[in-house]
Amino acid sequence: MIEAFEHHEGTVAPLDRANVDTDQIIPKQFLKSIRRTGFGDNLFDAWRYLDEGVIGKNANERRINHDFVLNEPRYAGSSILLARGNFGCGSSREHAVWALQEYGFRCVIAPSFADIFFSNSLKNGLLLIVLEKNLVDELFGIVQLEEGYSLRVDLAGQTLRGPGFAADFEIEPERKRLLMQGLDDIGATLAHADAIRDFESRHRQRMPWVFSRDGNAS
Amino acid sequence: MATRTVYDKIWDAHVVAERDDGMTILYVDRHLLHEVTSPQAFEGLAQAGRSPWRRGANLATPDHNVPTTNRSRGVEGIEDAVAKEQVVVLDDNCKRYGIEQFEMTDRRQGIVHVIGPEQGATLPGMTIVCGDSHTSTHGAFAALAHGIGTSEVELVLATQCLVQRKSRNMRIIVEGHLPFGTSAKDMILAIIRAIGTAGATGHAIEYAGSAVRALSMEARMTLCNMSIEAGARAGLVAVDDTTLNYVHGRPFAPTGAMWDRAEDYWRTLVSDADADFDTELELDAAGIVPQVTWGTSPELVLGIDENVPAPDDFEDPAKRELCERALTYMDLEAGRPIASVPVDRVFIGSCTNGRIEDLRAAAAVLDGRHVANSVTQAMAVPGSGLVKAQAEAEGLDEIFRSAGFEWRDPGCSMCLAMNDDRLYPGERSAATSNRNFEGRQGHLGRTHLVSPAMAAAAAVAGHFTDVRDLP
Ligand code: SF4
Repeated sequence: MIEAFEHHEGTVAPLDRANVDTDQIIPKQFLKSIRRTGFGDNLFDAWRYLDEGVIGKNANERRINHDFVLNEPRYAGSSILLARGNFGCGSSREHAVWALQEYGFRCVIAPSFADIFFSNSLKNGLLLIVLEKNLVDELFGIVQLEEGYSLRVDLAGQTLRGPGFAADFEIEPERKRLLMQGLDDIGATLAHADAIRDFESRHRQRMPWVFSRDGNAS
Repeated sequence: MATRTVYDKIWDAHVVAERDDGMTILYVDRHLLHEVTSPQAFEGLAQAGRSPWRRGANLATPDHNVPTTNRSRGVEGIEDAVAKEQVVVLDDNCKRYGIEQFEMTDRRQGIVHVIGPEQGATLPGMTIVCGDSHTSTHGAFAALAHGIGTSEVELVLATQCLVQRKSRNMRIIVEGHLPFGTSAKDMILAIIRAIGTAGATGHAIEYAGSAVRALSMEARMTLCNMSIEAGARAGLVAVDDTTLNYVHGRPFAPTGAMWDRAEDYWRTLVSDADADFDTELELDAAGIVPQVTWGTSPELVLGIDENVPAPDDFEDPAKRELCERALTYMDLEAGRPIASVPVDRVFIGSCTNGRIEDLRAAAAVLDGRHVANSVTQAMAVPGSGLVKAQAEAEGLDEIFRSAGFEWRDPGCSMCLAMNDDRLYPGERSAATSNRNFEGRQGHLGRTHLVSPAMAAAAAVAGHFTDVRDLP
């Protein structure tokens, strides 16, 4: 079950790089965990810190890269990430979404997102907003100019509002509903259990070879 | 009935229900699991008191984290306690839920995308998913195969279904003959260069044309493997004799009368002659030269005869910036011939190029030659225990060893460097894997992606070089 998303207001941090891949969002050495938590301190690890990120290192003892945008004091506590095209490309690791959320991001705005990252975000209630490139450019301009710039995201009305900025955004109705109701995907799918069973028995007739291992598993 | 693509046909055959909101509940035939993206899914399953919908759909193996040396002690031999825990947890989960697993000590263990096809667990027409983006590999069998996140791993375990929106159809046609010295790896790198890493986002790619038809199954796997690097979740190749000949006789494949029935169906898994594609691209195989990536995105790639570009060579400001950042990270100057760039470590392996034909191609280059003194380390990591055994039966291990390569046990290894196989800050690799992102092979490491033959050539020369020009 994910937390429902209705509206959100928060400061915006600009990450001015295209093709940010999930290896950057959360480097692989942190994927050894068997839990869903504990990733926030290592979000963008190779960019946030100067020393090498090793699992178990205390974040307070790391050497901070003060040149990295999220480390600038003005962006401390931001909850909306403004990004460039093809954000979240690469590996399917859902840890990338967990890390963004644990750091405090509720929403990412970009001209485009990679497919798998897009569905992973949805499953966890992280709102991804696709905005036209010129609007994203405009926002980058505003955010960099105005310290503490904050936006209000209204998912129901599909609007983004901030001082000197207003835009509407598109979102597919079912994704919107899922986010707004915090729906449990598994529960919703199991509501179709009869249909799945029916399909499965027809499928077994048509393509028995698909089921060849069903007797083998212990 | 309207004309359909292969992708349409497989999709249609797996629709359980169309939801009112436009999403499709799609049945999953095969689910592959590994130690890194499954623990949280099993935990969720247990917490909700659920159990796997159909155990026999699942096949698991540890691959990402496992060491590639000293494997005789099995799990006990893993020195990294955190990595060990993941492997142990996978063992426990498989036992608890009765899921078939090739454990670390099983000779069939290997990279999940190598073992699926090898066992015939990957069959034409199947829907196949795995918590790993390179699941697209299995599309080589005209299967609809793609990566999923951990929440979806749990969803598939619990319901045997995915909730999906259909992708658009894209066809990439490669006609003609691949020149001597080039391979499917060069073909896919050239494709990614042409369309970019987001070029196929939202699409399922069908690879077609005479050059694709001429590829072996293993080469088709290399091609489909990197579909994700072009932005597509799935890439596939239609069924033909090559497909069926490969599948026939594999342990999980049907036999006898069941085979005949399956074959009749599988033969229909080709796109209708006048099927519609939303996007199409044509490429001439004859124009492909050995490729080397120079930057930190798989689209930043050059022919071996080219020079590193300058930011001004790109019109799009975002690409210009990407180029600038890549030049800095990779420590390269614009205008430098890529063939002059030295390498520190050479890695031959991964789900892209860790199969027997890949090892043969590298060994053919290494036979009678030796790794240059300037190269710190060169390693060959077979994609599975069976690939390793086959290579040893052919004497390839001897060729690798006498050329100065380390001959390792199967796993993902330096493709993502979760174990000790890695680059150190500032080091440069020639790697047959699929991602050259910043830090992918180790903190501040610099990765250049190439084919197995080109990796072997770089190891011998000490720098990138056209494998066709080796003395
Ligand atoms: S070899 Fe590399 S890309 Fe392939 S599954 Fe392993 S880590 Fe992923």
